[in-house]
Amino acid sequence: MINLFEVTETNKMIEQENLDVRTITLGISLLDCMDHDINVLCDNVYKKIMRVAKNLVPTGQEIEKKYGIPIVNKRISVTPIGFVGANACHSTSDFVKIAKTLDKCAIELGVNFIGGYSAIVSKGMTPAEKLLIESIPEAMKVTNYVCSSVNVGSTKTGINMDAVKLMGDIIKNTAELTAENDSIGCAKLVVLCNAPDDNPFMAGAFHGVSEADCIINVGVSGPGVVKNAIEKCKGADFGELCETIKKTAFKITRVGQLVAKEASKKLNVPFGIIDLSLAPTPAVGDSIADCLEGMGLDSVGAPGTTAALAILNDQVKKGGVMASSYVGGLSGAFIPVSEDQGMINAVENGALTLEKLEAMTCVCSVGLDMIAIPGDVANTTISGIIADEMAIGMINQKTTAVRIIPVIGKTVGETVEFGGLLGYAPIMPINKFGCAEFINRGGRIPAPIHSFKN
Amino acid sequence: MEKGIITVVGKDQVGIIAEVCSFLADNNINILDISQTIIQGYFNMMMIVELSKMDKDFGNVCEDLDQLGQKIGVNIKLQHENIFNKMHRI
Repeated sequence: MINLFEVTETNKMIEQENLDVRTITLGISLLDCMDHDINVLCDNVYKKIMRVAKNLVPTGQEIEKKYGIPIVNKRISVTPIGFVGANACHSTSDFVKIAKTLDKCAIELGVNFIGGYSAIVSKGMTPAEKLLIESIPEAMKVTNYVCSSVNVGSTKTGINMDAVKLMGDIIKNTAELTAENDSIGCAKLVVLCNAPDDNPFMAGAFHGVSEADCIINVGVSGPGVVKNAIEKCKGADFGELCETIKKTAFKITRVGQLVAKEASKKLNVPFGIIDLSLAPTPAVGDSIADCLEGMGLDSVGAPGTTAALAILNDQVKKGGVMASSYVGGLSGAFIPVSEDQGMINAVENGALTLEKLEAMTCVCSVGLDMIAIPGDVANTTISGIIADEMAIGMINQKTTAVRIIPVIGKTVGETVEFGGLLGYAPIMPINKFGCAEFINRGGRIPAPIHSFKN
Repeated sequence: MEKGIITVVGKDQVGIIAEVCSFLADNNINILDISQTIIQGYFNMMMIVELSKMDKDFGNVCEDLDQLGQKIGVNIKLQHENIFNKMHRI
């Protein structure tokens, strides 16, 4: 039988170490909503989402109460709108209409975000997908809860450099259109390589075409719990350190698995996957940077950071796979800057640079995340940053992403406030040398040699 | 059998167990096990209770216990036992 010590340990994790379930994400296929008439399409989309997700938020709240654990976000992901709107959308404003429909659903259902305003263009773009991408700045301006993602490369296809170039312009344009709100539109837009179909985390969540009609995916969290566990093995060797992280990750993931199963049963929607990502929040102590510093770094960004992150990421996965029957999504440590107080501190005191963050993304998911840069950066430089990150993903057969915010009217030394879970960020300096000629070549980068496995 | 775990944490005083137990009796909740310690003047109790026959729904009992806790100055929580079983047992 459960004893007092075990109960106290669990409740201490929840009450003092910020253990929570980060998100229950309900994936909904919109393929059966397609129509050649945009108004009929929007109506179908609205009806289907409202029907399938009507109990999502109340069910989440019920589970929170039953187990006494916070479920921070209840979210929806849908089939990439680049597919859904292919037949009906003949202009960017047609696509924006769909975005507004998604936003309306989010508001009425009370969910935190709805993801899937997306295009999968890793090899080429259909005319509809190009229109969708071109509509992103306007869509991000007129909606509050819609998240957008564009997959521009994969290990199997190589990198679509036309899309990379276009995304440099789109990110800048989104920043300009939402300039009065510190370019917040860019915080809801991510560029991906090897994007998974079942990711529950925003902004990159979409319900891939390989998925069933609807599915429950759950993202766990708990950097605060891992940090406290790491602090208890001060001075211990790497074997003991790894074992401690692994055991802690097991416990965290089991809670996620319990919540996922329960949500699946109550909503009568099949359970998809648990995403084993450690996701920080701006709350003090709920930080990936603190976990790495707890291993013995003076500051995150110091030499040794990449190795420490590799350990953390790998042990979280090893503990997690034992705890859950199906794992998927992104599954790795997130290293967003604005959402992690430890990362913010490291940037402010000069320990952490964009280049070091890029190196860190080689060993963890997902990528350059929630990084604020000066608003006057060249579009091609943004594309260059994206290309680098996509190359890391393509060559290493992993998911990588770029969610970068060129803050219009601000420069290095200033900070930008996004609010809520998105946090705040110091504007980071970027390399002054350009790459315009490289980006302007156009075409696509061929798939790497190790993609030919057949 | 549906089981819940009640935890009571707070400054020790006369009548904590009496208050909690009479609330449980009033709501037809059977106590299966109690363990309790005092650490540096702080009262720490865990009860395993049977929920199958209780009169109200789970959420309402949680809220009532929370209010009772506020009244007597301690923190009372009811959680379904599965969160502890899943976390601490393979």
